[in-house]
Parts: sequence; C-alpha cells; structure tokens
Amino acid sequence: MGAVGNTLLRLTDLTVDFASQEGTVHAVDRVTFEVAPGELVGLVGESGCGKSVTASAIIGLTGMVPNATVSGSIEFIGRDLLTMAESDVRAIRGRDISMIFQDPVTSLNPVLNIERLMTEGLELHLGLSHADAVTRSIELLGEVGIPKAANRIKDYPHQFSGGMRQRVMIAIAISCNPKLLLADEPTTALDVTIQAQILRLLKKLAREHEAAVIVITHDLGVVAGMCQRILVMYAGRIVESGPAKPLFAHPHHPYTVGLLKSVPRLNEPRAETLQTIAGLPPDLANLPPGCAFAPRCYLATDECWATGPELAVTDQGRRSACFHSDQLREDESAEVPA
Amino acid sequence: MNSATTTGGDTLVRIEDLRVHFPITSGVVFQRKVGAVYAVDGLTFDVRRGETLGLVGESGCGKSTTGRAILQLIRPTAGRVLYEGGDLANLKGRRLREQRKRMQMIFQDPYASLNSRMTIGDIIGEPLLVHKMGTKSGRKAKVRELLETVGINPNTLNRYPHEFSGGQRQRIGIARALAVEPNFIVCDEPISALDVSIRAQIINLLRQLQREFGLTYLFIAHDLSVVRHISDRVAVMYLGRVVELAENAVLYEAPMHPYTQALLSAVPIPDPEAEERRRPVVLTGDVPSPVEPPSGCHFHTRCPAAQEGLCDVDDPPLLEVRPNHWAACHLITGSDYPHIRAGEDDLAVVAEGGEST
Repeated sequence: MGAVGNTLLRLTDLTVDFASQEGTVHAVDRVTFEVAPGELVGLVGESGCGKSVTASAIIGLTGMVPNATVSGSIEFIGRDLLTMAESDVRAIRGRDISMIFQDPVTSLNPVLNIERLMTEGLELHLGLSHADAVTRSIELLGEVGIPKAANRIKDYPHQFSGGMRQRVMIAIAISCNPKLLLADEPTTALDVTIQAQILRLLKKLAREHEAAVIVITHDLGVVAGMCQRILVMYAGRIVESGPAKPLFAHPHHPYTVGLLKSVPRLNEPRAETLQTIAGLPPDLANLPPGCAFAPRCYLATDECWATGPELAVTDQGRRSACFHSDQLREDESAEVPA
Repeated sequence: MNSATTTGGDTLVRIEDLRVHFPITSGVVFQRKVGAVYAVDGLTFDVRRGETLGLVGESGCGKSTTGRAILQLIRPTAGRVLYEGGDLANLKGRRLREQRKRMQMIFQDPYASLNSRMTIGDIIGEPLLVHKMGTKSGRKAKVRELLETVGINPNTLNRYPHEFSGGQRQRIGIARALAVEPNFIVCDEPISALDVSIRAQIINLLRQLQREFGLTYLFIAHDLSVVRHISDRVAVMYLGRVVELAENAVLYEAPMHPYTQALLSAVPIPDPEAEERRRPVVLTGDVPSPVEPPSGCHFHTRCPAAQEGLCDVDDPPLLEVRPNHWAACHLITGSDYPHIRAGEDDLAVVAEGGEST
C-alpha cells in the first residue's frame, strides 16, 4: 500500500475556483494526495469543504461547469486527466474510474429500465454484445445482492427501494472493473441497517475487484471501519492526512480534534456536554489571509492569522497543515482520548 | 392493559393506542378507499415530566408522524393523547389552541421551516401574536430576550432567514418554539440537516434550555449515538410500533429486542480500533412497506430469531419484561431473550445457548 512508484492516482496542487457574484469561490485549494492501487481512502469534511468538488474534478465533471477554473494536475496511471483530450477522458470515465453518487433516487435516470442503465457501460466500454451485456448485468446484480435479478432487470428505478437502488448504482459502477471507485456519501441517504449492508458490500467488492476506493463523507464513523487512510478537508484544503488508526487516536490538526470530539460515541461513557468547534465554517469567497481554521481554533496564535500553514510531515505517513501540530503531538498521551 | 404506561412517576404526556392511518384512494370523482398506509399502528407510552424521551427508528417507521400526531398537527385515526390527563384528540378550535401553547415543535429542516418573507423578529414573535400574549412593546422585548437565550445577536431581529447559516436558523427555530413558554417540545430530527461541527452546538443548547426552563422533550432522531447522548429513556420504533422502551443505559447496554440489538450493532463508531473489534450484525432485506405490514410481529420477516407459526401469526404486545423495560417480542421470557450476533458473512444469527453477546 502506498509504496513509491506504485501510484494509481496522483493529485498535485489541484485547484478549483468558481466565478460567482460574490467573487471567486475557492472550492478546492492546492489539494495534493496519492492513492495506491486497491487502497481504501476516506475523504472527510463538512459541507462546502471541497470534498465533492475534488471527486468531480477527478472524474472530469468540473470541466463541464462553465464558471469553473481547474488547475494543477490529476495523474491517473501516469497520464494527466486535465490535459488529456475529452475523447480520451471519456474512455476512462465510467470504465477505469467510476462513481457512486449520494442519492440513489435522483442519480438513476427514471425513464430507463435497469437493463438499459446496466448495459450501456458494458457495451460502450467493454464492447460486449447486448445479449452478453444482459447476462453480465444479471451476474453483477446478483453480486450486489439483488434477489431474483433476472426477473428484475426490466424494472425501472422507482420499483426499487433506496437501498436496492444504491445496490444497482454500485453494480453499474463496478460493471467495467474500475481501478478507482469514487463513492460520494454512498450511505448518507440510507438507514443504519441498510448502511451496514452497503458498506460491507463496498469493502468486499473493492477487495474482489482489486479496485481502489475513495469514500467521500462527513461521517467519521463510516470511514473508521472501512478506510486505511484518511484525508481531512477544511475550506478547500487538506488539513490532515494519515493512516486511519493513528489519525483517529491522536489527530495532529485541531480541526480533526474538534470533529472527533464533537460527535458522541456509543463506545464511550456519556458526557454532560459535547465539546464543540466554536463559530462557523468560513465563506469560501472571502477566506481569511492566514489559516482558514484560525477563527475557530483553540490553538490559534498571531502566526496563524497572518500566514496559512502548508501541509507538512508530522510522523510516519502523516501530514498536518498546522503550526501547532507539535503541541498536539506532545499532548497525545495526556489529552486526546484514545 | 399491558402497556408502557406507569401509574407511578410524573407523567406529562400519555399516548394510548395511538394510530395514524393515511388512506390510499382510487378514482377522481368518486374516491374510494383502496388501502391505507399504517404509519403509526398502536403506540402506547408515557413521556415523564422533565425527561428527554428519545424516539428512534429508521425512515418510514412512523416516528415523525408520531410527533405530529401528539401535537395534533395530524389528527390520529384512533387512540388518545393525554396531556396532563386531558385528551387532546377530542379538542378543537380555541380549546386546542389553548393547549398548544404548552407544546411546541422544532423542525428538521431550518431552511424550509422559517418563512423566508418574514424577518426573524416577526417569525419568533408570531406565536406570541397568535396566542395574544403581551403588548406590542412587551413582545418585542420578549423576542430580543429569546434571541439572546439561543445565542443570536438581538440586534439582528430585522434580518431575514437567508442571512443566517443553517445552525443559526435552527437556533431561530428553537427561539420560536420557546416563545410561548411551553412545557413540552417535540424535536423532530433537529440536527440532521446541520453540519457535524454545528450539531454539537445545537445539542448543547437544547440541553442547557431544558435545565433552564424545565422542559420535557420528545427527541425524534435516527442517529442512535446522538439519542444516547441526550435522552433519559429511549423508545425504538419499527414499522409503526414501539418494539422496545427502556432507560437509556439499559437500552444501550442490554437491549433485548432482536431489532434493537441489530440496530445498535450497525451504528458506526468513529474509532478504527473499536470498529475492528466489533462485528456488525447485518440484517437482510429492507424495511417492509407500511401499506402491507407483515402479519404478526412486523419484524419477523427480517428477524433471525423468528419462529414460524408464532411470530408470523401473533402480534406481540409491548410488555414490561423487566422493571421499567418494555419490549414487544414473543421470544423474551422471564429469564431469557434471543441474543443476536454476527454469523457467517456477518449475517445476523441467534447465539447458541443464550450466551450474552
């Protein structure tokens, strides 16, 4: 995992700006990270932190937004997706890189039946005949746990429940054996018991198909059980990254500390009050000159208000964009609950 | 009647066999009733004065409908809602309005639940106007005081909802609920539309207000970690019925109903070490439709412990299986109950020999 020279995806200084009436919105700001083949990565942050825009950029959807400016590079198996011809990107999108969207109700075309939805990619990307594509579709639907798939292939999305629709979407996403799967809040619209089913399924499929998965979510619990490595985003930037276990146990960025402390957990005694992160997330069109988290940070000093810290190595495989991460590392044993 | 109502304790709201069935009709001119959505199908429980009763369940289980039916925003099809002993279901017009002063609601979506054409001062003052409380200047002073209570600058009362963030709007919604000085507040998923870092602020505010004003909450949510944090007692709903109700610590430490056990094991914990140690129990299938709820116990279609000829035939009543612990399951006996654990492929199975999970 993560070995040098064994990189599936490499983002370098990815920046996405949107022109708006209030000025330029810096949705994604110099985001740099790598994903190894078969790796399970969690991209975590609150709404507006840029996590979904990052995913859209990887799959080449931001280029279709007229007011968006994308810079930096997104290398997928050594080729930059941003400079590639659209026809080449189209051959990769849906085949080598596929996406699972949050809302299974709105992201499946309601006027196409499951057969059409499933076979389109198989015929286009893998060149299967329609009959073969149908056979393969039925296999895939069985694989994602849809009972009596052969009888249901002519059904339309509205005839399926939310959990079943999410399974259909996963079946479509894995149909062309992608090397990279982007799952944007894959379980947010689902119930707890269904969420458990879907997460288990995603993990199993990633293993069997040897696909890397980037799980994009606001729910720290979802990535805790699933991902090997975590990227935490705030105001368009990655503020912390590292292997899941040490990162959750001893965060090196005060925002991660705050996020972890502000959610109650079933495995810990009940606290009288929850620790909160003061204030509100910043306006992306009017970011402060220094660290974007400084106005809400309990460690902030004059230095933080003046200049923004860069993402720097803090430990084995770990990075944090904070001038005070040393302080958090020293506090590790004393302050942060394990 | 065997029910989750006790004579002891100080009951503020008592719900007795509450049912809400939405008719499904066919035909345009001559509408015929062809079926019904059994959204709430026979609920009985008490809300004690000063407590927070958490009401949890998956979407479509009827928890929001229950909240609305208690406040008579949806008229129950059958059953009684006793507020301090008086039945609300029979009240109409002025007498209902009189009672409503004492119970309010906080809604899920702070974007949809505030009128975008009214200033926040007017929004918070409207309940006072409706209930003809105070003079004009008195109302204005009250609005300022309420804004301060929920942590919003009182000088912003002439602004419109769109000028506020989601968390601030939820605070405004809370101020509106507090305006008429209610005793009882139904909180319907008050934090699920908010960002993670804002949720804790609102939860802390709700608890602080409860202490300050001696409020009683019915806290409806699907997030079991949050419900554990805020509730004194918790009721678990499945397909229109309460399947288990107990003190917070008891329900989370030693759940007896197979559904509660599976539900709790499926809640993700933001801790990879803990996640590695646990094996979530995976229930097969989806929640059945409330239009045609399964016969007998509504949960029998997904229950790993279900016994043919019993669970699919007889409807289990909600019984007090231990002191202050109610559950609706045929398989819970005086000394034992089905222990659900993860079997092969994590699918839910019943543990052999009744070993504790």
